[in-house]
Amino acid sequence: MTVVSSVKNLEALSLTVVAEFDAGVGRVWQIWEDPRQLERWWGPPTWPATFEKHEFVPGGEASYYMTGPEGEKARGWWRFVTINAPHRLEFDDGFADDNGDPVADMGTIHGVVTLEPIGDRTRMTILSTFEAEEQMEKIVAMGMEEGMREALGQVDAIIAESVNA
Amino acid sequence: MVVDQLRTQLNDDELDRLFQAFADATRRDIVRRVTVGEYSVSGLAALYAMSFAAVQKHVAVLERASLVSKEKRGREQIVRANHDGLQRARRLLDDYEVIWRQRADRIADLLAESAAPEPGETQAGARSTKKSQGQAEGN
Repeated sequence: MTVVSSVKNLEALSLTVVAEFDAGVGRVWQIWEDPRQLERWWGPPTWPATFEKHEFVPGGEASYYMTGPEGEKARGWWRFVTINAPHRLEFDDGFADDNGDPVADMGTIHGVVTLEPIGDRTRMTILSTFEAEEQMEKIVAMGMEEGMREALGQVDAIIAESVNA
Repeated sequence: MVVDQLRTQLNDDELDRLFQAFADATRRDIVRRVTVGEYSVSGLAALYAMSFAAVQKHVAVLERASLVSKEKRGREQIVRANHDGLQRARRLLDDYEVIWRQRADRIADLLAESAAPEPGETQAGARSTKKSQGQAEGN
């Protein structure tokens, strides 16, 4: 399994996911640093992401959209808070309107990504914390759920596989 | 299956109520406490620097979000955790976890592609055999 563990904190509304990859830290860092690589995994296959802006420096911004099966676009933005290549990345992630401007009242998800070497492999830890404000309800109700419904179809298949195994 | 339950059990109104309920520190604290044991409303009110009425209001919000249930016992109102409701909140985080698991799988595929000359096995099979000479590792 790629994901080796995950911890949910219901009160803090945070999720920690730990994954391990068969590649060095420098290589794994590129999947965040290079927008063309980022596009290949950020969105589910049915909602691929396109990064129009990706200023990978502290204080820099990224803007992207995900394109749905009907051609609909869901826009998002990031703000890079901390970048310590190739070990630590902190960023805020939120929804944007059609112009790519942050939707202020929708809140953000704060992400902290750390990469550590384990031999010639890499352990990546992602801590996602939702703002404990009322905006959060919208993040989950709208964006997450929307993107997720698509993802859920694939999950069904995965679960079915593991049940049959 | 968890996924199917989520589809049928969570509509937007429910989500709104759920996250509104969690958006307040006192309410989160109430939830934490009643998952361990039952409390009367007045027992809870004694814990916080706010009026009985204010605490009662918080409990009502939690009740509407199906996170706690309230029951009259004599002159007391007993507050308990609603485990179905809590389960539902947990499922939301489960969903988010699913998103990340899928992302991790896609990352593994992407990495396998650039590392191995021939396309590896699918999905979890990203743990390939090349483990000898380590690739140049950034520092």
